[in-house]
Amino acid sequence: MIRMLIAVAMLAAASAAALAREAAPVADDPVMEKRLMTLAAELRCLVCQNQTLADSQAELAKDLRNEIREQMRRGASDQDVIAYLVARYGDFVLYRPPLKASTLLLWSGPAILFLIGILLLVRTLRRSRGLAADAPLADAADPPDEALPAAGGEAGRS
Amino acid sequence: MIPEIGHFSLILALLIALVQGVFPLLCAARGSTVWMRMGRSAATAQLLFVAVAFAALTQAFVVNDFSVAYVASNSNSALPLQYRIAAVWGGHEGSMLLWALILSAWTVAVGWFSRQLPEEFIARVLGVMGLVSGGFLAFMLFTSNPFLRLIPAPQDGRDLNPLLQDFGMVLHPPMLYMGYVGFSVAFAFAIAALLSGRLDATWARWSRPWTTLAWLFLTLGIALGSFWAYYELGWGGWWFWDPVENASFIPWLVGTALIHSLAVTERRGLFKGWTVLLAIFTFSFSLLGTFLVRSGVLTSVHAFATDPLRGVFVLVFLGVVVGSALLLFAWRAQQVGLGGSFEPVSRESMLLLNNVVLAAAAGTVLLGTLYPLVLDALGMGKISVGPPYFDTVFVPLMAPGLFLLGIGPIAHWKKASLPDLAARLRWAFAAGLLTALLVPFAMGRWSFPVSLGLLSAAWIVASSMTDLLQRVRHSRETAGIIAKLAANSRSYYGMLLAHIGVAVCIAGITLVKGYESDKDVRMQVGDTVDVGGYRFGLDGLSQVTGPNYIATRGEISVTRDGRRVTTMYPEKRTYRVQNNPMTEAAIDWGFFRDLYVALAEPLGARAWIVRILHKPFVEWIWTGWLLMALGGLLAVCDRRYRVAVRSAQAAPAPEPLLPEAGGAAAR
Repeated sequence: MIRMLIAVAMLAAASAAALAREAAPVADDPVMEKRLMTLAAELRCLVCQNQTLADSQAELAKDLRNEIREQMRRGASDQDVIAYLVARYGDFVLYRPPLKASTLLLWSGPAILFLIGILLLVRTLRRSRGLAADAPLADAADPPDEALPAAGGEAGRS
Repeated sequence: MIPEIGHFSLILALLIALVQGVFPLLCAARGSTVWMRMGRSAATAQLLFVAVAFAALTQAFVVNDFSVAYVASNSNSALPLQYRIAAVWGGHEGSMLLWALILSAWTVAVGWFSRQLPEEFIARVLGVMGLVSGGFLAFMLFTSNPFLRLIPAPQDGRDLNPLLQDFGMVLHPPMLYMGYVGFSVAFAFAIAALLSGRLDATWARWSRPWTTLAWLFLTLGIALGSFWAYYELGWGGWWFWDPVENASFIPWLVGTALIHSLAVTERRGLFKGWTVLLAIFTFSFSLLGTFLVRSGVLTSVHAFATDPLRGVFVLVFLGVVVGSALLLFAWRAQQVGLGGSFEPVSRESMLLLNNVVLAAAAGTVLLGTLYPLVLDALGMGKISVGPPYFDTVFVPLMAPGLFLLGIGPIAHWKKASLPDLAARLRWAFAAGLLTALLVPFAMGRWSFPVSLGLLSAAWIVASSMTDLLQRVRHSRETAGIIAKLAANSRSYYGMLLAHIGVAVCIAGITLVKGYESDKDVRMQVGDTVDVGGYRFGLDGLSQVTGPNYIATRGEISVTRDGRRVTTMYPEKRTYRVQNNPMTEAAIDWGFFRDLYVALAEPLGARAWIVRILHKPFVEWIWTGWLLMALGGLLAVCDRRYRVAVRSAQAAPAPEPLLPEAGGAAAR
């Protein structure tokens, strides 16, 4: 009798647990899916204004994701998938522009801009240092600015 | 009838703007005071007429006058009243009218609050603003008239884009425009200074509050846009380096450089040329941003206009404004002069380096945004430049700037000593390093990029606190700590707050990118899933009807360690008129984390694909931006701007033109 009661109780508990079910992930293979989404986040949805392949809900986007999933299942690497897409859709599909002759300026641009800025900075520093005639500042030591008593209405500077 | 009144009002406003633009400038050049004063009255009259036009358009929306083409394409009789009003600036034409309204309002404000400035100077400022205003009004009247009629009038309108039916959308464009338009004041001040040949520390003091005010509005506008994208677009992201986002970010970066350059010009009369150039470029980028958005040249989330005539007009306008400003600068730059000197290690040189970083960053964002266009125009192929590029180049570029953020405020003007700085900041650096090394462990996983980001954030906070502490310690006040704190100006606290805001934002970005997690799952009623330590359960699905949409609403209970945290209601809405499905994500806001649930796709009748995200510290991002804006507000309210007004009203003192003497006296 007791054993039957225990059995019934366990069964009830088991079915209760089964009712509060762990939701199944959308993907069959979560690891590969993560790889797919990471890759798709750097790819462009070709029929959207400006969205990644990962985020888009457009039909073509879903089809493309399925296609990539298939290729990954068949053993394609990230590079293979990218090569396949670029062959079909051109560099437009990549959000990370590939490094080639036409994008050399793009990728080196930031460094060049910074260097130009530094050059201008150095030139300005040299020129300003060369100015001999210069009235020295009233205080060489640097008290906190706002502690100065109001002088001519100019109270408090930072 | 009323739309026609509005239309006529715009035409009058254009004529007045041209008067306001031409006469004061001509007469300032000749020195005739009567016609110079015309600037203020013309500005007031212009505001009046633009306001009438705006009111007329608003009225057309409120009463659902679908015979006006713009109303018909942006509104609907089922649209709730608040969105009918917001729809006034929901499309291209009305958006331009809002620009014009805000511009005329700022012009009047500049006229009002500048009684202590020389008449000739103000005449020039108002004149320049009048010309800009004229350009926008002409753009509207010739290419983007909001009052065009649609005959025969349709039964009902095409409804406002559902993405825009939201409170954030109501605020975002006005805030942005307050920023863009505000920078036209800085621009006008710069042009006026070049025209008059007078550019000194006093000019910088006049210009600074207006520029900071514009900057803080642009800060708010960008923050709102990002925040809105986060909660409205349904993908949990908040910045995509979309061309339109970049179009507002570039003027912000240059504007930040401008307010820092103005600080140096005001304090020491230096960097005058740079400041004027930055003022010109900030406004130019605001206009360029307008062009990028309006002409539809770029593929992005919102391209308002696809009419090439509009694009050509704005391009010409931009060319005239920027070209003439730069020509004027080239012509007058020598008279501006160089000012005093400073050592290679000093606050001046650090601020200059800071501006180099900001300018290079702005240039980079511009490069990435325009590159695909240029390549395509040259026939060299179509490429895409997206977040992977920007994230890769932007972060290393900004890093030196963030490091400087800590040192600059502590460095002395004119000459600072590196060993002294190192000694004063060593504890701050140690504190930063410790935070950066330990916090990732507390979050569960150590990673180098996270640590680096936290280092910059913690460094900024620690060095700012060090500076405050040292000021209190060396304060001449003897009364007590409150008095010592009060001895610092609002301008100082504004800077402190804004810099801390930067740190908070960076901390938020670093932590959310390092530790966010998400799951896409199939859920039926009764299913549960665990994300980020919380358990989410789908308790029910129901159909709800809104004023102009029908929706499926999910009820998601959230528990943690068995205790109920909250219930969330994500929706998938279909707006009746435009018939597109819209995801209304449910967000549980929190200081330390956001929980984000969206109904992605239906699977049959009783199941959905649900997207659940755990975003730690994501609210810190916008909190940081808010702090930056508040800091700006504090700085604008600094006593010295009002003291200067009062003392000048009492007895206008002759301003010293020698920059160094002026700087020394002001110290």
